[in-house]
Amino acid sequence: MDPSQLTLVQTQSMLRARQISARELAIAFLDRIDRINPDINAFITVDREGALRAAQQADERLHQGNATPMTGIPIGVKDLFCTENLRTTCGSKMLSRFIPPYESTVTRKLKEAGAVILGKTNMDEFAMGSSNETSWFGPVKNPWDPQRIPGGSSGGSAAALAAGLALATIGTDTGGSIRQPAALTGITGLKPTYGRVSRYGMIAFASSLDQAGPMARSAEDAAVVLQCIAGHDAQDSTSIRADVPDYAKTLYPRMDAIRIGIPTEYRPDNLLPEIQQALEKAEQIFRDLGAVLVPVSLPHTRYAIPTYYIIAPAEASSNLARYDGIRFGYRCQDPVDLKDLYTRTRTEGFGDEVKRRIMLGTYVLSSGYYDAYYRKAQKVRRLIANDFHEAFKSVDLLLTPTTPTTAFPLGDKIDDPVAMYLSDLFTINVNLAGLPGISIPCGTDAQGLPIGMQLIAPILKEENLLSAAHAFQTATTWHQRKPEL
Amino acid sequence: MSIQAETVKQVAVLARLKIADEALPAFVQQMSNILSLVEQLNELDTQNIAPMSHALDMPIPERPDIVCNANRKEAMLSNAPDCVDGYFQVPKIIE
Repeated sequence: MDPSQLTLVQTQSMLRARQISARELAIAFLDRIDRINPDINAFITVDREGALRAAQQADERLHQGNATPMTGIPIGVKDLFCTENLRTTCGSKMLSRFIPPYESTVTRKLKEAGAVILGKTNMDEFAMGSSNETSWFGPVKNPWDPQRIPGGSSGGSAAALAAGLALATIGTDTGGSIRQPAALTGITGLKPTYGRVSRYGMIAFASSLDQAGPMARSAEDAAVVLQCIAGHDAQDSTSIRADVPDYAKTLYPRMDAIRIGIPTEYRPDNLLPEIQQALEKAEQIFRDLGAVLVPVSLPHTRYAIPTYYIIAPAEASSNLARYDGIRFGYRCQDPVDLKDLYTRTRTEGFGDEVKRRIMLGTYVLSSGYYDAYYRKAQKVRRLIANDFHEAFKSVDLLLTPTTPTTAFPLGDKIDDPVAMYLSDLFTINVNLAGLPGISIPCGTDAQGLPIGMQLIAPILKEENLLSAAHAFQTATTWHQRKPEL
Repeated sequence: MSIQAETVKQVAVLARLKIADEALPAFVQQMSNILSLVEQLNELDTQNIAPMSHALDMPIPERPDIVCNANRKEAMLSNAPDCVDGYFQVPKIIE
């Protein structure tokens, strides 16, 4: 059996029909990780023992007939979800030996459903980056071309899927960190509505923006994972009290009378021509599926990156103040006094991008600058959100490119933060407005690198995103393409 | 907007970070570039716009304040870089 050829939904029926055991499946994926991970570095920690234990329990459940749709499914989890007794690093030297004493809600739900966690996936340090080059554990390579980045910050989760090292993975998305790497590696990635999935036990970056979501090989697979992790959680005061629909039952192959808005601001002149062409072809497919396409305008789009680079660093500088070398995490050697302990611990424990964002956040929140920067950005954030709310009065979904380019070479932008930040041009707005968005594959560039498109829906309309993505994937095969490894 | 090296050093002190002298010029340049980017927001008149501090307009419900986690002292201390007799250990603060 070649595990890289399976989908989650196919595997469910194979497990139910006893054509394969969860143990055999786990071993097949662990062996493939052993063979391929050294080249792409998608996993920071592989938990062979834990995975085999979970697989054995899954087999017992399958035998007893009380399996869930996730029972026995081998998955990878981004290394910023606290997993009890399993190292959780957040891609940082600061937490390189941190063993969480508690479990995040997302991983607790996955474990309770019987999923088999193969390991913890690589990521940009503290989820700050768009290329997965800021990880203290080294960059992740794009399985389509190991000279190129897989995107970030959930680059390990994306690359693991593209390389067939798991049937689904969990990522997080603060400014595009699920959707951008999904686009650059040719997979499906969904950022749910802010508050749809609990943040309890997720290591915080920018708390008003962070959101966990599924990464998978198809919308159908992503629906199964979202079903498992979504829902209100008393441990997260910002999680939404709303019922979770049955996502698998809301997938339709047609889109009759669905109105899709095409925002003019998301087609800049410098957009890669192959991406423009792929989007035009996708638009025609949606029309053929019965959808009605209309142009719309989101006039404040170009202010999203400046707004984000005030709000996110401000929240990060506050969240990352806890890394002081006292209670957990890295501590410098032989501190002479407390201030020396704090300063050297943080200077040695954080990488450059994290330091840059802490510094920016400290600056924009410092006395005398608060109104000029942070308060101003919060006001513009409302203008950006209002643009979307206005557009959704006349359309059901928005269709945009996910990224302005395909995967770029390693090292290309790492020394130019502003160029790197512009990678998230089309995704960041969605986080600021708290909306759900999905990226799915819709073509390739001249070198065969994947192109992704993004669909955006109103608050809590994940089922509409998944259904539209499913309809597109029923009519196309882009999501079935796999790199040669 | 450009930011001065002295300001960057001062911000580093506030953030409990140290930027090495040889890294400072590049750091100052990068921060200046980012601040120039964010200053585009000044093009917008936001006089009558209410700040958006939360992604969604929703009430945060209250709940009874009941202790529901057990005393996990050993688990909490197990990640400490240095502890003694059940306490976190830090360098001497008062002479």
